[in-house]
Amino acid sequence: MSDTLLTVTVMAYLAAMLLHAADYAFGRRGLVAKALVGTAGPPAIEETPNQEQKRSLPVGRLALGVTGIAAASHLATLVTRGMEAGRLPWGNMYEFVIMATFIGVAAWLAIALLYPDVRHIGLFVSLVLVLLTGVAGLVLHTPVGPLVPALDSYWFVVHIGAATLASGLFLVGFAATVMYLLRAGYDAGKRGGLYPFGRYVANAEAVERLAFRMHAFAFPVWTFAVAAGSIWAEAAWGRYWGWDPKETWAFISWIVYAGYLHARATPSVKRRTAAWIAIIGWATMLMNLFGVNIFFSGLHSYGGV
Amino acid sequence: MIPFLRNSWRWLTSMRTALVLLFLLAVAAIPGSLFPQRTIKVEDVRSYYVEHPDLAPILDRLWAFDVFGSPWFAAIYLLLFTSLVGCLTPRTRDQIRAIFRPPPAAPKRFERLPHHAVLESAREPSFRGWRKRRQVLEDGTVTVSAEKGYLKEIGNLLFHFSLLLVLVGVGIGSQWGWHANRLLVLDEEFCNTLQQYDGYGLGPRVSASDLPPFCLKLTDFEVSYQDTGMAKSFEATVNGDQKFSVNHPLRLDGANVHLLGHGYAAVIKYTDAQGRSQTTVSPFLPLDDMLTSEGVASFPDAAKQVGFEGLYLPTNGMGRSKYPAEDDPALMLLAYEGDLGMDAGIGGSVYKLDKTRLKPVGEAKMLRKGDTWALEDGGKVEFLGTRPWITMTIRHDPGQPLVLAGAVLLIAGLPLSLYGKRRRVWWRLHPDGTAEAGGLPKTDYPGFAEEFAKVTRR
Repeated sequence: MSDTLLTVTVMAYLAAMLLHAADYAFGRRGLVAKALVGTAGPPAIEETPNQEQKRSLPVGRLALGVTGIAAASHLATLVTRGMEAGRLPWGNMYEFVIMATFIGVAAWLAIALLYPDVRHIGLFVSLVLVLLTGVAGLVLHTPVGPLVPALDSYWFVVHIGAATLASGLFLVGFAATVMYLLRAGYDAGKRGGLYPFGRYVANAEAVERLAFRMHAFAFPVWTFAVAAGSIWAEAAWGRYWGWDPKETWAFISWIVYAGYLHARATPSVKRRTAAWIAIIGWATMLMNLFGVNIFFSGLHSYGGV
Repeated sequence: MIPFLRNSWRWLTSMRTALVLLFLLAVAAIPGSLFPQRTIKVEDVRSYYVEHPDLAPILDRLWAFDVFGSPWFAAIYLLLFTSLVGCLTPRTRDQIRAIFRPPPAAPKRFERLPHHAVLESAREPSFRGWRKRRQVLEDGTVTVSAEKGYLKEIGNLLFHFSLLLVLVGVGIGSQWGWHANRLLVLDEEFCNTLQQYDGYGLGPRVSASDLPPFCLKLTDFEVSYQDTGMAKSFEATVNGDQKFSVNHPLRLDGANVHLLGHGYAAVIKYTDAQGRSQTTVSPFLPLDDMLTSEGVASFPDAAKQVGFEGLYLPTNGMGRSKYPAEDDPALMLLAYEGDLGMDAGIGGSVYKLDKTRLKPVGEAKMLRKGDTWALEDGGKVEFLGTRPWITMTIRHDPGQPLVLAGAVLLIAGLPLSLYGKRRRVWWRLHPDGTAEAGGLPKTDYPGFAEEFAKVTRR
């Protein structure tokens, strides 16, 4: 049941992604519309969100609606998985990815409803969601099973819960950062690679601010997740910190994101430089999630592949 | 010389340097996850030496197997913390001054501020919750300065000082802490002295006599498994009534006892041709999750020295164990005789036979519980059964409370620092009833325009 729902979820994210792409291509602000009106070059960034909304075709809103349906199916996947296992569904890597991506999509939907002018980054968010849930379903999938005794602790809920929440928030922050870099790069005259897509991002400043807020929200949660993990490690293994590969990479991510927040707060550091640090931060998160579980063996190995 | 030092200090305490050091610290931690670390698993370092005999000594000289204790790692974090102190000292001084000093007087021209408003008529604002200063000038003009958001910098300082606290706690733990490991078979007892440990590590400021006195006797050990063979629960009992398990250590005065692993010890009785018998309890080490275990039993006091290599299967299934509980236990033994090498005084492993002066005798034999095996030379072996054993780590880390306090304060300071907003608002009320107001956000605060509008609307 849960596995079928996951397939539905991935398909729905895929549909949402295609709709977002269609919105870029055929919406009022899209390529085709531009060609018809004959206005080449970057869209006017001084547009206010309200005007923009009135003018856009409903494809964008439809894409958001489909994302909502996908999120509902995503939640159902988690709930049924939890019911089948008889416990909270975050006992192995498969479940962790499903959980973290759900937090990500929930945070994203909240943002999209509150701030309509950043909705277009949904293309990138849904792309990341398709990839992560797809990888979870195809590569990481593990049959339902009970927990090993080492995980049977209330710290399990606290530690994994916080780590999942932080990962989901960092995910949205990452998506916004990529969109910001495309737009800022485009504005700075870059035309190679993916930069031409930057012109579909309406407002570099709004997207950058969203990215910062996500990271500023996620960082304390991540700090708490690491601290809670230390308290649990002290009870389970006798030491609060032992440089286990997972701990080492959690430390690395923490340092990199701390670097981002400092760089963001320092006027002499360019916003784009700070944004690149956030991108590195997400890379270290992915390394911790996938790389460490696959390449290294350590005390966190029951995460499983 | 002085200008050079001053410039170096300025360079070290600049944000740019701090960012570079932060980044270096992250990069420096990576080899710690790529190479096996002595502090985590020393056996992995040994096998790395076997697999890469040329590369390993070079890496070792670069501290690749002790990354987190290496001088270059220490250099980075010590520079970073020095930079931090250099940055915190003036900021703390400024913050204390700001707390004791009222907000600055109103500037002459409000139009130069990022936000300003002119009002036709206004009453004096109350500024509840703001820190304020009211001045009446000679011509009857009233100015009010108000400031808010002091908690941002307080949270910021709290966060960074907490990092220092964590570092001090870690340092105290590594100097005055100690840890030791011990394998203990059911019904055996050991006391907290270094001689009775299988392995230990003492901080530089701990001596053997500092260990608190206690003795532990394993009186019970319960384990249950799921159908898949995965463990469901463990519980060890020592000294009759003190229970501990995974996630629930035994907290003693001055040391914590953590349950790490478990297995079976084979109880084997050997009687030589002259009828002298000896019984050993030999812990067998698990090879897999189903507790297929291997070990040795040595009988140096027999007429001819005899040793056995053994493979224990709690649930017998084609040379491997099928299930970790003892549903169908079987012990495979291979006998050796000759010189066990124990008289030479070389401390060999208790889990391996030194076969240099031993020769195998006959074929391997499978024994059930209670079976007796008559050897060719007239001796006999009896498999009496098994007893469970546990492995424990016993630790004391006096820095732990400080690290915990540091972590709690750090997490408390972080949101204040990230979400706090410092801003100032000034009012000037002219004697003719008109008024003007100006606002200055001291930090990145996009919502200030709204707040300023609200303050001036009244």
